[in-house]
Amino acid sequence: MSNKKRVVITGLGVVAPNGMNVSEFDTAIQNGTSGIAHHEELNQLRFSCQIAGRPNYSDDYLNNYFSQLQQKGLEASGMEYGVIAGLDAWKDAKLSLPDADDAPRWNMGVIFGTGILGVDKFRDAIYKVDEGKVRRLGSTTVIQTMASGISAWLGGMLGCGNVVTTNSSACSTGTEAILMAYDRIMMGKADIILAGSTSDSGPYVWGGFDAMRILPYKYNDDPTQASRPMSATASGFVPGSGAGALVIESLESAQKRGAKIYAEILGGHVNSGGQRKEGSMTAPNSEAVQHCIGKALEQSGVNPGEIDAINGHLTATTKDVTEIYNWTKALDRSGKNFPYINSLKSMVGHCLAASGSIESVATVLQLHHGYVFGNLNCDDLHPEIAELIDHQSVPTKTLKITPNIVAKASFGFGDVNACVIFKKYST
Amino acid sequence: MGSLPKYNFMTKEELLAKLKTIITPYVQNQEGLEALHEDTDFIKDLEINSANLVDVVLDVEDEFDIEIDNEAMEKMITVKDSIAVIESKLASK
Repeated sequence: MSNKKRVVITGLGVVAPNGMNVSEFDTAIQNGTSGIAHHEELNQLRFSCQIAGRPNYSDDYLNNYFSQLQQKGLEASGMEYGVIAGLDAWKDAKLSLPDADDAPRWNMGVIFGTGILGVDKFRDAIYKVDEGKVRRLGSTTVIQTMASGISAWLGGMLGCGNVVTTNSSACSTGTEAILMAYDRIMMGKADIILAGSTSDSGPYVWGGFDAMRILPYKYNDDPTQASRPMSATASGFVPGSGAGALVIESLESAQKRGAKIYAEILGGHVNSGGQRKEGSMTAPNSEAVQHCIGKALEQSGVNPGEIDAINGHLTATTKDVTEIYNWTKALDRSGKNFPYINSLKSMVGHCLAASGSIESVATVLQLHHGYVFGNLNCDDLHPEIAELIDHQSVPTKTLKITPNIVAKASFGFGDVNACVIFKKYST
Repeated sequence: MGSLPKYNFMTKEELLAKLKTIITPYVQNQEGLEALHEDTDFIKDLEINSANLVDVVLDVEDEFDIEIDNEAMEKMITVKDSIAVIESKLASK
């Protein structure tokens, strides 16, 4: 027996374009409810792609999570999403909030990633600075725009005394955060870590992608049809936003607390393709993707044949075909022998830094409640994908089956990859 | 500004009431706020987070239409000090 500690998930939180909390989200993904909508602001700003996935709640909702003082001058949507999802997950795990004079909780930490935080706040600051009014910025510009603002904020609310940090690896950020938490708990360096990621909403985050011409521009009048992972008519990813959070805990600690266990994390791997061969700043090196999946299986002690379902990265670009090819190679499974595969992006778009955590919450819900959610907008499966795997592997309606082991992968700009293996919990 | 500044003729009590309204959102010790008096110290008695003092100063600037420089701000430790700074800035408008 090794000294590795078993690691489980005991709390979930999510703020997604199609669900403001875990129960809404669970229902939405089983029903195939799209959270993608047209945003007039993007039209006014002359975006090619005027649709996006954006969480939708009233300002009053923030009163449940932020004091009046904390809401004063709060203009960081990613901070809102991250705090809501993080606190929801913490409460779901039946963990308490500390009193002001309590000792730091040395065994508890936060690893909460983001790509960029508080862009609206930063925009305001830039205008003021350029007008020579730097002294009018107020005290909250730094804490809302530093990347680690989200982990710092949560760490303070939860009184965590273990690691409190923010990781950043583009669109693999969320999945990477889960694995960083897994590693630390598996090694016995912490008992409980709130892991997750968040991504701001709005034109200043999405504009750069619009400029790269990698977003769909023909669906402005038909937003729910726009995100088409694995489809022959996929034409780019729909930008999204939100946050996902998971309380990751040693099995020992969870059992001692009598906590509800959603699933077990068997292991995983992160790597990079070094931007060699076909890998680049914006494209993955297939060899590295296959290597990452292979290492994740090896590290988890799982045979490729044991994978019941895959939650892919699958953004709805031409790279989807390459991703499917890489899965068939890494698992050495194809045709009818290929596991089920789905992409949450068909419903919420690509939530960028938040995608890995939101999609992991979806993956864990599948294991916990026993289903494999259906993919939207891929009745016209891409012919090159159809050559690699059977149509049956790409459900278009939710299947009421109970997967035992699910692989989740995310890939990001910078040629970085992350793959985690989740298992239905059993003693 | 050509129009008559609205706060140039305020009494100390009126100033104190305005100041109390401004600082209320930042106060973490409500008992201190209820017992507010001239010698109340923003940080010690009201437990205002020191980082928030700059926000208090910005709110004071907006409310009274004055500008408080760094030197004046450093003096604003108690209610009395703050009222003195505000009065002097109003007088020099």
